[in-house]
Amino acid sequence: MDRKVVVPGDLLSEEAKRSGEGTYVKNGGVYSLLYGLANFRDKINVIPLAGKYIPGPGDNVIGVVKDITFSNWIVDINSPYDGLLHISEFPIRIESDEMSKYLRIGSSIMTRVADVDPTMKVELTLNDKKLGQIKAGQVIEISHTRVPRLIGKGGSMISMLKKEVNCNIFVGQNGRIWIHGGTEDMDLALKTITLIEKEAHTNGLTDRIVGFLKKEKGARS
Amino acid sequence: MDETDISFFKDGLRLDGRRADQLRPVKIEVGVLARADGSCYIEMGGNKVIAAVYGPREVHPRHLQEATRAIVRYRYNMASFSVEDRKRPGPDRRSQELSKVSREALEPVILTSFFPRSVIDVFIEVLQADAGTRTAGINAAAVALADAGIPMKSMISSCAAGKVADTIILDPMKEEDNFGQADLPIAMTPSGDITLLQMDGDLTRDEFQRAVEMAMKGAKDIYELQRGALVKKYSQMVEQPVREDVHVCD
Repeated sequence: MDRKVVVPGDLLSEEAKRSGEGTYVKNGGVYSLLYGLANFRDKINVIPLAGKYIPGPGDNVIGVVKDITFSNWIVDINSPYDGLLHISEFPIRIESDEMSKYLRIGSSIMTRVADVDPTMKVELTLNDKKLGQIKAGQVIEISHTRVPRLIGKGGSMISMLKKEVNCNIFVGQNGRIWIHGGTEDMDLALKTITLIEKEAHTNGLTDRIVGFLKKEKGARS
Repeated sequence: MDETDISFFKDGLRLDGRRADQLRPVKIEVGVLARADGSCYIEMGGNKVIAAVYGPREVHPRHLQEATRAIVRYRYNMASFSVEDRKRPGPDRRSQELSKVSREALEPVILTSFFPRSVIDVFIEVLQADAGTRTAGINAAAVALADAGIPMKSMISSCAAGKVADTIILDPMKEEDNFGQADLPIAMTPSGDITLLQMDGDLTRDEFQRAVEMAMKGAKDIYELQRGALVKKYSQMVEQPVREDVHVCD
């Protein structure tokens, strides 16, 4: 794979149609918008090395309830914009005055972004079997720019990880990750995820992680 | 003080041994602050400046927020110990002006429309001043913005030219700034679009032309250094021996 470090304003290609994420077109040339890694495929994408999570429809995220209003839970989703979870998006029908019985301030939830409007009002939903309140396990936070690497191509990395460490893992696009399993398994999962975050920008990562897990497990038994 | 009292040149070189069109030594470090989303430390000659970028984040106070774009706040501040006579701390007329023009030098390249209802905060702290702190601040701010992952159309580089003893010089130092005839700081994109141009003192039309050209050339050189610093930060991340601190239980 052809990759290169770029800074904002770098000319990436003369073909305007190759413009992908993190780029813009000016006078028929493709330029970088970000400081990050440029991927030269059909389209040229620039993956940032840092930055804040900006919610998009369909993203799975982990949030923490920070306030309750008449019909909404206001949820911190590790972003400049707060998420709104409306009472009607809760899996069961509940009354407005009973909201805090189900989700209190400080409750952690696995949720999904249902819609984002142009003023960045972020609507969340819990209407899915996979979603709901977090009652056990632990949540760790990594940079959201590393999440695609943790998931891997077509989910290859994360499914391998789930199997190898024998844990339940929910990856939020906002960089928060929920792990649930045995104490030792969780420790190993945590260590592995930290390693993936640190080496996210290197090649052949999945193979190295497999090797790392094998070694760790060997040391344990 | 009378200008004739000082000689700015000795054997064709300046007081610090530079040629007329030579920059002072520049050192740029990226990501020096752990708390900030992006940061940069820069030394340009005797100037020592640190830049911190936070954001995009929620706007406080609320009434400043814009429904369709992010606002940019830029705070230029000089430490009380940054100059020989103690600088009275806090914002004054000069630092407010510099904050405004510096913000306006950077704003045109930042894609504020990506982040409605938010703010991008840029803080510039001058630790040591030696003429040209606004240009050093802008250079540091541009690198810190890139480090924070904020989308920009291009980088911004800044450099000053001046006039001493009827000669146009690049990047005036303190003596040349204080006792010289003119100071002309600019900021621009690498493609040559100027986003800041100020002038203090007198220049003829011809001198002005030459000074702008010289400052632009200086800014281009600084751009390469900014770029180099950013690329270097990345390669350090790659080479980092990550293995050791992860293998705790061996």
